[in-house]
This record gives sequence, structure tokens and C-alpha cells, in this order.
Amino acid sequence: MRKNIIEVKDITKSFTISAKTPGIKGTLRHFFNRKTIEKKVVKNINFEINEGEIVGFLGANGAGKTTILKILCGLLYPSNGYISVAGSRPFERETSFLKKITLIMGQKQQLIWDIPPIDSFYLNASIYGIEKNEAIKRIKDLSEMLEIDSELYLPVRKLSLGQRMKAELLAALIHKPSILFLDEPTLGLDINAQANLRKFLQIYNKQTGATILLTSHYMKDITYLCKRVICIHEGYITYDGKLEKLLTKLSPNKDVSIICKSIKDIENLKKLNLEIKNINDNQITFTVNKLDFKNTLKEILNKFDIEDLHINEPPIDEVIGKILINKK
Amino acid sequence: MNIKKYLQVYSYFNYSSFSIELEYKINLFIDLLTSILGLIGSVFLLSIFFSNTDEIGGWNFNQALIIQGIYTILNGVTNTWFNPNLKEIVKYIREGTLDYVLLKPIDSQFWISFKRISPTGLIEILLGFFVLSYCFYINNISFTIWSFILLIITLICSISILYSLWFLISTTTIWFVKTWNATEVLRSFLYMGRFPMDSFSFSLRIFFSTVIPITFITTIPSEVLLGLSPAWKIILEVLVSMTFLIFSRKFWKFALRFYTSASS
Repeated sequence: MRKNIIEVKDITKSFTISAKTPGIKGTLRHFFNRKTIEKKVVKNINFEINEGEIVGFLGANGAGKTTILKILCGLLYPSNGYISVAGSRPFERETSFLKKITLIMGQKQQLIWDIPPIDSFYLNASIYGIEKNEAIKRIKDLSEMLEIDSELYLPVRKLSLGQRMKAELLAALIHKPSILFLDEPTLGLDINAQANLRKFLQIYNKQTGATILLTSHYMKDITYLCKRVICIHEGYITYDGKLEKLLTKLSPNKDVSIICKSIKDIENLKKLNLEIKNINDNQITFTVNKLDFKNTLKEILNKFDIEDLHINEPPIDEVIGKILINKK
Repeated sequence: MNIKKYLQVYSYFNYSSFSIELEYKINLFIDLLTSILGLIGSVFLLSIFFSNTDEIGGWNFNQALIIQGIYTILNGVTNTWFNPNLKEIVKYIREGTLDYVLLKPIDSQFWISFKRISPTGLIEILLGFFVLSYCFYINNISFTIWSFILLIITLICSISILYSLWFLISTTTIWFVKTWNATEVLRSFLYMGRFPMDSFSFSLRIFFSTVIPITFITTIPSEVLLGLSPAWKIILEVLVSMTFLIFSRKFWKFALRFYTSASS
């Protein structure tokens, strides 16, 4: 049995923020008499993550996903609760802990803008106490995996967003971290670059056994990489479990459209106690529960001579979108 | 602390800074020209002050030139290390890139203070030493190893005080987010350091030697060179600089507890 690498018990995080009303009056009032309010961003959350797992955090903007990631990697002090990551208390930021983790943020970069990424890699290697020869080897291995080569010798500002993200990943992984915190890593990337990044993360997870925690608004990132998801709504965890189960729960049915060879078949199909949505000449559309789907389809295929068949599932973005606006 | 690792990291910092500066050749040339013209302007200003009088606060032109030399060295240090690095703290905090610094197994104050180096400031330091050696000649100063050691000690103390003040102000960014103006005020106070401490009125002297010990940092090394500084002043400067350094470090560690990182 794999052991827990992350344990979170009853974590709460509050921020003091200043509230401002619009307009010049509000601005002046804000300047002279600033009113602050305490906002709870993360509310009594609990979860455990096993070594080697890839877990996706789902939630709308401002739900508290990034705050949780930042608490986990030690950037923010939790207001309350117990937290253990790789056996350490993250906010103490001990060297041994920092060497085990990495944080990659899609909208922020650590590479030095005006010089080639390779120079930033060597700088990072020296910070993590990696010998030059070992650093050269690791850069070579990772650049092969990421399919990036000559770009490493161009100034960062000359690279495309996709190339830059690959270089960011390389810089963040040079010390072979065992826990990766990824905050919207595919943000702004084109479809191919997104797919390459996902593929890389999956291979990296398989090869190194690293644990990956990921937030993303691109559902493909989540469905491709994560078996388990944690849904967050206004600082609370509303779901923690298998993605497949969540999808079944949110969207239990599939739509099936069948084109029959004769109208007679349509009449016979009607007798099957199906939840019919629409009939148009010799085409019938009905809804089937995902659990009965296999048996129902088998029966139809055995009994009827059909011309064409379409299975429609609601797009995953639409399904997941539901949990971004609903609490449950 | 692993000295070898820190030296290696520092050499990479310098290497990357030089690479960045060399990317922009014209800028490098303009900075060089600015340093030279800045020094000429300052000496010219000083000569205007002395055109109608032989002494200001007990200092003649040749002696005051020593202060100018020390000021040029300190200004060079400011331009080489403090300005490119400590100005960035505001950016680190506003944009949330301090996250990356805090997650590295390296001292965050070291990273923030030494990440960049602006090589053109080094020219200013050289110019300052050039002015000082000229002052040796015109003031007939007998140069001894002892006076050289004392000069270096007081200079290091001056640099430490200046650094700590700058770092303290920049650290407040964690609460106030924007403090560019405060460091600009400090910079303009530094201009005061071009004049001998004794040339100010009593109340200003107290202000510039206690609240913001700017005059401390140029006058004492100059007095050391002229052999005018009593031992207690040097000891006091050492103590003040150590206090400031320790306080700035403690303050940084304390402030980090309040760092909330920028939202995504």
C-alpha cells in the first residue's frame, strides 16, 4: 500500500482585505479611512494524498485552489489546522523540504528574461547543490523528454509561450522533486503545446513516481492526467474522489440516436420502455442511464437491423462547469 | 551556511547580470558616460560652494574632496548592488515572483540583495578611489597600512548602514506594496553625504547622524583618512552598522510571516 505524502487536517486560511466602494468618493474614503474585512479563503479542509498520485483541484476563480497549493508548498501560513507534506511542516521551509518540491505557475515565470534558459538552469542547479556534470546530464535528459533543444540557447524573451513553458518546467524539475505543484500550467498555450505538456507530465509521473497536484481550467488537463479530483467551492471541499465517479454523478445519462431501416423498427423500439426524447421519420433519440447503457445497447443491436448509431455525451466542460457554479 | 555553494551561486548571479548588461550595448555606454559626467558635476558643484570661502564647517576644498571621493565610492556601491537589487523587491512582491525565491533552498535575503549587479557602478567605485588617491596627493596624507585598514573597515560599515536602511525600507513593501518613493527619499538624503557633517546646523547634524545616519557614512571614513577621527567614532560606526544589519535581517524574517503572495 502506498503511503500518504500529504496530510491536511482542518486547515483554515483567512486574509485581511481592504474593501473599497467605487467612484471618487469611495476612493477618498478608502484613502483616509480604510476599512478592512477578514475573508476566509480556505475553510476547514481535510484530505490525504498518496505518493505518486496525480490529483486535480477543480473550482471556479477565487474558490481557493491556488491558496491551498500555496499553503501546501509553504508560501502561506495556514491560520489554523495541521499540515504535513513529505514529513515536514511546509511553512517552516526547511532546506530538505524545499529540495523535494517544486511549484510551476502558468502565469508567472522564474527564468531570467534577457538571457538563455540554459543559464537559469545552471543557476538553479547551483542553488540545489547539483554538480555541473550531473546538471548537464539532467538538462540533457529533461530536454529530450520535453523535446526542446536549440531554444535553450536563445534569450527567453525570444521564445514562444510553449517553448518558454517547457523551459520553465525544465528549470523547475532540475532538482528531481518528488512533489510537483502545478498552478494552471497550460494557461495560454495552444492545443498542441497543451497536449505535449500533458503527455510530458504523465510520462514524468510514471518514470519518477512523483506526486502531482494540479489546478487547471482546461478540462482536458484534468481528464487526461487525474484519476482523482478535489472540488473546491468558496473555500470548502465539495467533492474528493474519482473523476469518473464524479462525472457519472453529475451526468448520469447518455443520449443515443438510432437510424432504423424501417418505421416498423421504430414502433418496436418504442415498446422497449426507453426514455424517448425525439422521433423523426426513422430516427429515434433516447436517453439511457450510463449504468444500463451496455445492456440496453446490446439488446437493441441483437434485435434490430439498424443503419446508423450516434452516442452523445454532454461535453465534459459543461458537466464540470456545473460544479463550478453549484455547491454540490 | 554552505560558503562554497553561496560563492558558486553568487558567481552565477554575476555571470547572468553581465550577460544581461552586454545584451544592451548602448545602455552600457550611456551608463558609463552618466557616471563620469555625474562625478564632474559633483566636483563642479563643490567648487562653486568653495569659490567664495576657504572653509565650510572647518573643512577646506581639498579635504572636502575626500568626502566627495567616499561619496562616489558609496554611490558606486549603491548603483552596482543596491539599486538593481533592492528596487526589485517591490516588483517581487507586487507580481508575486517572491514565491519562487522563497521556495528555493537558499537564503532569501541573499538572493534579493545580490541577484543583480550593474557593472557600470563599478566604474564609479574606481573613479571614487581615483579621486581618493588624488586627495592623498593634494592633502599630503602619509599613507600607512593601518590607515588603509581603518578606511576599509569604516567603508564596509558605511556600506552596511546604507544597505540596511535601504533594505529596511524595501521590506515594508510586504505591508504597503508600493514604497518606491521612500527609497527615492533615502537616495536624495544620500546626496547630503557629499558634504561634511560639520557643515550642517546642530539639529540637522543630529538628524543625519541618528535618524538617518547618512553623514556618518561619508564623514567618518574621510576623517579616518585625514587622521582626524577619534577611536570612539570608529567604534560607534562599527556598532551602529552591526545593529542596523542585525535589525534589517530580523525585520525581513518577521515581515515574511506577513507575505501573502500575489493572487493568480
